[in-house]
Amino acid sequence: MDSIFSMFLNDYYIQVLTMLGIYLIGALGLNLITGVTGQLSFGHAAFLSIGAYTSAILSLKLHIPFALAILAGGLMAGLWGVLLGYPTLRLTGDYLGIATLGFGEIVRVVFLNMSITGGALGLAGIPRSATLTAVLFVVILTVWAMVRLENSRFGRSLVAIREDEIAAEAMGVNITTTKIAAFAIGTFLAGISGGLYAHLIQYLNPSDFGFIKSFEFLTFIVLGGLGSIPGVILGTSVLTLAPEFLRFIADYRMMVYGLLMVLMMIVRPRGLLGGVQLSRLFAKKKVQQTGTSACGGAN
Amino acid sequence: MLSQQILNGITLGATYALIALGYTMVYGIIQLINFAHGEIYMVGAFVGVLMVTVFQQGLLVSLGAAMLACMIMGVTIERIAYRPLRRSTRLAPLISAIGVSIFLQTLMTKIKGPQPVAFPPVINDALYKMGPVEISKVQIIILIVASLLMAALHFIVKHVKIGKAMRAASEDYDTAALMGINVNQVISFTFAIGSALAAAGGVLVGIYFNSVSPFMGVTAGLKAFCAAVLGGIGSIPGAMLGGLFLGVAETLGIAGGFDLYKDAIAFTLLIIVLLFRPTGLLGRPIQRKV
Repeated sequence: MDSIFSMFLNDYYIQVLTMLGIYLIGALGLNLITGVTGQLSFGHAAFLSIGAYTSAILSLKLHIPFALAILAGGLMAGLWGVLLGYPTLRLTGDYLGIATLGFGEIVRVVFLNMSITGGALGLAGIPRSATLTAVLFVVILTVWAMVRLENSRFGRSLVAIREDEIAAEAMGVNITTTKIAAFAIGTFLAGISGGLYAHLIQYLNPSDFGFIKSFEFLTFIVLGGLGSIPGVILGTSVLTLAPEFLRFIADYRMMVYGLLMVLMMIVRPRGLLGGVQLSRLFAKKKVQQTGTSACGGAN
Repeated sequence: MLSQQILNGITLGATYALIALGYTMVYGIIQLINFAHGEIYMVGAFVGVLMVTVFQQGLLVSLGAAMLACMIMGVTIERIAYRPLRRSTRLAPLISAIGVSIFLQTLMTKIKGPQPVAFPPVINDALYKMGPVEISKVQIIILIVASLLMAALHFIVKHVKIGKAMRAASEDYDTAALMGINVNQVISFTFAIGSALAAAGGVLVGIYFNSVSPFMGVTAGLKAFCAAVLGGIGSIPGAMLGGLFLGVAETLGIAGGFDLYKDAIAFTLLIIVLLFRPTGLLGRPIQRKV
């Protein structure tokens, strides 16, 4: 299938599209944590880096098959997600965000000082196994899983937690387990995304996974519309492709990017597709929009 | 040796505290983590360099100019990037703040280049021996300026009308507005004071470490933010305490052999404190209401 892609697209486009797919997987993971469950996470890049380093080291040192290495990266990230989530998910709102921010910085410094990760020199020579086909497959799988999850009992309890924790608890939702489960799935996806990233870029450096990267993911989902799967897809696409389209202004690229972020927030503070759900887009006639505040997120 | 390290830690902590105050005051009133605050500190340091090199001014004038410039900048940023988002979701102004931060950082890189600039000598540094510890002239200046600024802040917040309005707005935003307080004005004033303190911090750190770079705001901003949360975000004495605590802990950590993990010390402390005191050392507990 890759040969079909390369018939129509040159290498540059394939690279950009593969990157977009990889970011999309991570963004969908964060959307589950922040958009659907309403738990602020500023440390998403840390889980990406855990997945990236795990899978890269597995395929470099132990020559594990690509798919298994990616899966192992995801599981490792999910495991750390549970380990971090268990004590910190009791914190509310901004404090949870701050704790995850701290975790992200700690992970970065630890990777910078470990010998197996190559420290500040980085880890090079990772095989380039993440093809567009493979990434596309994972993206489709993730989107499908997320749409299914959104309408499941578990998905509804996540939304209930976002809307009102106390009411959800009164209705019999086990807050702690549900939150940790959401955190585990979200960080697992981040790990998968990181593993694919490692096998596309072929080089890892801890400084690529700083808190700026975490905020990039947060921007993806907020710009698109928190809690909305089409929103996440749109937001991630716009923000991944924007720097590529802005290449013509060279040095001023990031300046314009920053300004665009401010402008877009002022024009549409709820995100481009705030409150739009994939299932509702395709539903023939919905009786009435229920009064969910899908813009809610981490209120 | 230990007392020397503690003194160095207090000096470093005083600069953290100056930056942390801006975070905490803004958070106290509008519950916004102002991620652009670190960049204001960075711009403050550059204004200081500019005043000393181009305008040949002394320390005090440069410090004042940096504070004034950042005051204007802070108020402008609030006006453009945060005020239109006041009534929207919590994440929108946060993203906007990150946008401002990226903008300022790249703008400064464009103007001054990515390389760190040495801070031109404004004072003749000297070392004084005080019993077991050595204290440099720069350290004395940092400690004096920081204490004076914090004392001034304390006076404003406790005894001046606008300071009382600030406290009222941070207690209850809506009620304060109903009582006839011009909340917009109070918020502008908060940003002005916070930015001025950050600028002072920037100039002092520039002199202390003799280096100013467009990227200095990121780590310093994060750590100062940590300090604010450690002390209990929203609490002014908390930010001062948190800053000093963090500075001392970091210096002792480096002396204790964790120098490679220097940047992780602050965050590890932060997570530990949050686990045991979820709202920081001096923070008020969050009330859960139905």
